[in-house]
Amino acid sequence: MIVVLSLGAGWTLLSRLPPAAANAAEQIATPREGFMAPDFNLDLLGGGDITLSELRGKPVVVNLWASWCPPCRAEMPAIQKVYQDYQELGLVVLGVNTTNQDNEADAAAFVRDYGLTFPIPLDRDGSVSIQYELRGLPTTFFIDRKGIIRSVVVGGPMSEAVIRSKVEDLLKETP
Amino acid sequence: MYPYLRLGPFLLQLPLLLLLVGVWIGSSLAEKEAARLKLPSTLVSNLIIVGLIAGIVGARLAYAARYLQAYLDNPLSLLALNVNTLAGFDGLLIGLVAAILYGWRRKLPLRPTLDALAPGLAAFMVALGVAHLLSGDAFGAPTDLPWSIYLWSEVRHPSQVYEILAAVVIFFIVYKRPLGQAGDGINFLMLVALSSAARIFLEAFRGDSVIWPGGFRAVQVVGLIILSITLYIMRIWARAQEAEEKRHEISEKGIL
Repeated sequence: MIVVLSLGAGWTLLSRLPPAAANAAEQIATPREGFMAPDFNLDLLGGGDITLSELRGKPVVVNLWASWCPPCRAEMPAIQKVYQDYQELGLVVLGVNTTNQDNEADAAAFVRDYGLTFPIPLDRDGSVSIQYELRGLPTTFFIDRKGIIRSVVVGGPMSEAVIRSKVEDLLKETP
Repeated sequence: MYPYLRLGPFLLQLPLLLLLVGVWIGSSLAEKEAARLKLPSTLVSNLIIVGLIAGIVGARLAYAARYLQAYLDNPLSLLALNVNTLAGFDGLLIGLVAAILYGWRRKLPLRPTLDALAPGLAAFMVALGVAHLLSGDAFGAPTDLPWSIYLWSEVRHPSQVYEILAAVVIFFIVYKRPLGQAGDGINFLMLVALSSAARIFLEAFRGDSVIWPGGFRAVQVVGLIILSITLYIMRIWARAQEAEEKRHEISEKGIL
C-alpha cells in the first residue's frame, strides 16, 4: 500500500506543470471551450465590416445562422431580447449569417422580420464556417473579454434562460 | 473525432449516444452480477435507474439554481434538451445520494451490492473513453511522439485512446474478480483503486488539466486521496473477512 501511494505521489510531483504552461491552450485559436476564438473580419449587412479581435475587452456572443433554418428562427427572438437587456453592460452579439448557404436578400428580410438590432456579419465564402468547424445550424460561441471561448452550443433552439445564464457568466468576469 | 451525426433535421450527438449505450451495457452486466451474487436483480436495476434520473434532474436543478432569475422567468427552460446546462458535479453527488438512500431503504446489503455494480461501472468507463474520443474532450498535451494525433490545432497525446485502453484492462481485471470472495465488496474497491491509479498516471498526458497552486494537477491530487482511502478500506475489509473465516474455522473445530 505504501509503495503504491509513494509511486502515485512521486508521479504527481514529477508531472506538475510550470505556471506558464498551465494556460497554454488559451494561446491557440481553435473553436473549442478553453481556447482562443479564431479571429475573422467580415462585411456587415447594411455596410461596414467587423473584426472579432477588435472586440477584445467585451464579452461576445457569436451565433452562426441561416434564414432557412427553423431552430435559428426559433431562438433569434431570445437572442435579441438578451442582447437588449445586456447591451449597456458591454455585451456584443454577432449574428454571423452563413451567406454561402443562404442569400443576402433572405438574410435582410429575416433581420427585418425579427427586428434584430445587433450586427450581422456576412460569411459569403464560408471561411468562418470552416474556421469554426460548423457542424450544424445554429451554433453559438460564448466568448469572454480575453477572447477565450467559454461555451459552445451546437444545435438549437436555445431558450432565453440558457442564453441568459451563459451571458451572465461572461459578464461576471472582471474587465 | 466525430461528435455529431446529421439525421435529416436532427443533429445526433454521438458521444451522448455512446454514454447511453454504456449505461445500457453497464446495467445489464450489473443485473447479471446481482443474480450471480443472489441479490434481487430488479432492485439493483432500480437502484441504477433512480441514481441516473436523480442525477440528471439534480444536475439541471443545480444549474438552474445558479441562474435562478433566468429560470424563474422561463421555467420551461428546465426541460430543454441541452447538455450545456447541466451542473455535472452536483448531478453526480445528487445521483449518488439518491442511489444510496434507495439502497438503504430497500435494505440492499452494501458490499454485495457494490460488487454487483463493479463490472457494469467498469464497462461504462470504457464507453466514457470512447465518448471522449468522439467528442474530442479529455484531450492530450502537445507532443511529437510517433503515435500522436492532430486535434484542436496541435499534435497531441491520444489521451482518449490511453483512457480506453486503461478502461478495457480494468474491465477485464474486474470481470475476472482475482481478489476477495464473491460479494465481499473487494472487487468494487479494486475497481475504484485501479481507476484512481490509472487517472493519476494518465492525467500527466492530458492537455486540459485543472491546475492547482504549485502546478499540481487537481485530478492527480484527488485521485491520490481516493486511492489512499480505498486501499485503507480494502485492508480493513480484507482483515475483517479473514477474522470471520478464522472464527468460522474455530467454531467448526469446536463442534468436531
